[in-house]
Amino acid sequence: MRGYAGKFLEIDLYTEKMKDITFDEPTLRQYIGGRGLAAKILWDRLGDRWETIDPLGPENILLILTGPLTGFFPGSKICVSGKSPQTNGIVGSTIGGEFSVEIKCAGYDGLIITGKAPKPVYILITDSRAEIKDASHLWGKDGKETLKILTKEGKEELEKRAPQHGEWKQPGILYIGPAGENRSRVAVVNAYWMHGAGYGGYGGVMGSKNLKAVVAKGTGPLPEVADLKKTLMLMNRISQENMKNTGVTRQWGTGSAGYDVGARTSSEPVRNWQEEWHDEKSFGVDKFEDRVWIKRYWTASDFGCATACLKLATPKTGPFKGAITDNPDYENQAYVGTNLGIFTPEENVYLMALMDELGFCGIQGGNVLGFAAELYQRGILTREDLGGIELKWGDAKAFAALIRKIAAREGIGNTLAEGTHRAALKIRDLKNIDVLRYAVVEKGMAIGAHGIRSRQDYPKNISYACSVQGGDHTSIAHPILTHENSELRIILHDSGVYCWFNTFDVSEELVWDIFEAVTGWKVGPEEWYEITARRILHIQRAALLIGGPDLKWDPRVHDDNPPRFYEPLPSGPYTGRTLDKAKFEKAKKEYYENVGWDENGIPKPEELKRLGLEGVAKKLKELRF
Amino acid sequence: MNVKGVFWIARDYTKCSGCRRCEIACSLFHEGKIWPEASRIRVFMLVPGAEIPHFCAQCHDYPCVESCPENALSISKETEAVLVDKEKCTGCGLCIKACPGRIPHLRPTENYILICDLCGGEPQCVKVCAEAQFDALRIVNKPETYSYKLYAKRPEETTRNLVISLYGEKGKELI
Repeated sequence: MRGYAGKFLEIDLYTEKMKDITFDEPTLRQYIGGRGLAAKILWDRLGDRWETIDPLGPENILLILTGPLTGFFPGSKICVSGKSPQTNGIVGSTIGGEFSVEIKCAGYDGLIITGKAPKPVYILITDSRAEIKDASHLWGKDGKETLKILTKEGKEELEKRAPQHGEWKQPGILYIGPAGENRSRVAVVNAYWMHGAGYGGYGGVMGSKNLKAVVAKGTGPLPEVADLKKTLMLMNRISQENMKNTGVTRQWGTGSAGYDVGARTSSEPVRNWQEEWHDEKSFGVDKFEDRVWIKRYWTASDFGCATACLKLATPKTGPFKGAITDNPDYENQAYVGTNLGIFTPEENVYLMALMDELGFCGIQGGNVLGFAAELYQRGILTREDLGGIELKWGDAKAFAALIRKIAAREGIGNTLAEGTHRAALKIRDLKNIDVLRYAVVEKGMAIGAHGIRSRQDYPKNISYACSVQGGDHTSIAHPILTHENSELRIILHDSGVYCWFNTFDVSEELVWDIFEAVTGWKVGPEEWYEITARRILHIQRAALLIGGPDLKWDPRVHDDNPPRFYEPLPSGPYTGRTLDKAKFEKAKKEYYENVGWDENGIPKPEELKRLGLEGVAKKLKELRF
Repeated sequence: MNVKGVFWIARDYTKCSGCRRCEIACSLFHEGKIWPEASRIRVFMLVPGAEIPHFCAQCHDYPCVESCPENALSISKETEAVLVDKEKCTGCGLCIKACPGRIPHLRPTENYILICDLCGGEPQCVKVCAEAQFDALRIVNKPETYSYKLYAKRPEETTRNLVISLYGEKGKELI
């Protein structure tokens, strides 16, 4: 197989047994890698008892998978998956950084991690061997400290294993912070500081397995490809396209959007989505650029990337001086900024840095903070409920105090650590008030910072409601299945595994060309949209609908937008706009039909049979209404 | 880009994005593969954002060449780059010890040392860095100076300086 290292490493954390796993060529051609292969592995191993598997229990499987294009398509990523503690389905959550290339150079396409370690551990992989190492000295440590210690220890271990090599480069590292250790459903798997696989909640899964980190350093070359000359030509071509077409991204990253998505498209979460418009020039890209960003071009070693959309930030003066984060990008400007009524770069950076250190996803964490603040605004949560915190909009220190409680699961923090949806259920029962109407989530997952009411942004009415990855703004359902923003296209990138951003404005033809040059497989759009991507989509959909054990989604009820999205926008140029329920229902039915699901949104038996997914069809019989 | 004669590769760490396209280009040129650890230039990142392209600084006194007991290292007359004779090199590692920046490293397979040879006058790393418009690496004239040797530093040492430049006082706590 070309583009693949050729084997996966399976590690049982309980027995400490390790073995190499291989998949045959037809399987890899069908499921590629990353998200697709994760769906396959999870379904094969857990599908028949999916509803009984606790995502935070030892039976869950944590997958950290590259794909054949990882390292070749400019801007490499790796995909983290498992049964999601947010959706109870399967989420492919991608993350940048060096781990992806390091593990491939170490001779592995990915990790399959089962069981639960009796005590905190981390996994160290080099091409000579993999080892489960004690992590008791790391447990409880924040992100910056964890990264610093593991970088040092990793280098020392490499030095010990092969002292003759010369200076050892630092290994690639994925880790969790205290939030993950405490099994928060809004905890992230981190690389560097802010880089995270946030959607899905796999930080909590790592914590539930007592797994603090995975560390890898490989010394081999990237795997052989089918046509090296063509691959190199295409890598270059794609980079050239990226540089031509990402002027805004290259200069500002997505960091101009913290202002722009509010002011122009009016689709930014403001005070827990009570508004989606702001025109706060204090939050402008010029303020970030002039005051807190300290490096213009940064790719964070996302191998081969010429787009460099990332930033590093630190306030130079004032009360938040010394807070350091990599970015914030748009999502975190929104969720850890405007969504909390925060409109200055310094406060945004301060809170973001703290959330990195505690191991929270900015989107999921920012959503739950905004939810709590709205309940405080409405007098539903009191100062007493919040352990003495006056949770006022825009008060970065108050939000900091609350996020610390969430990380430690202290007081109300224990409830909020479950994420917005589950916290809403608990608070509803406690207060006997329907607070679910203030929860801006999709199937247990916070919705990305792109609203749909103004109709000016890229997600539309069915985008989140019909996605197999809930609120994930990087994987939305699209009425045109072959559209560049369609979930079916995104499955290709997430299975590839490489950066979605570097496909912007790159023709689909180029993507298929490099796919073929690397793998030697002529897949192409017809096979992809009709067969391969459908198969992966249906498995994800099946897992999502089966769900459990704590929550199940009824598509007739839950394939819908959060209640807030049916409220009219109260401010800005699109004041009064909202979602039309009838239009939404119509679009939803059309999408079901297009994608091969029945009128209730369940993949049709004949569609599943067509794709060789009889096992999925059999299991879904239990669900038919 | 065909540079005749002698030149130096200037490095600007604050412009380095960490994309590692230089590692890709270097290993392709020398090994015919994408092989980061066999690249003669390696981008270290011991602290996020502090990206350090680590490769031969071409010291005026060439301590690595001096240290080699096998006469495996020589200085190119055309480019003044250090050339490795892989037949003679035994991989003893004395040149690594001699280099103030521990820059030479062993090829992961086969036992010989890797040192930047300036691609015989057409450094591929500079080419791809320019193509990506980062310009962290640039070809400049090479006047006589001892200052080049100051770039032969261990990555930790460079990082300790760079984090202060990037993050100020707080940067010291990051490494």
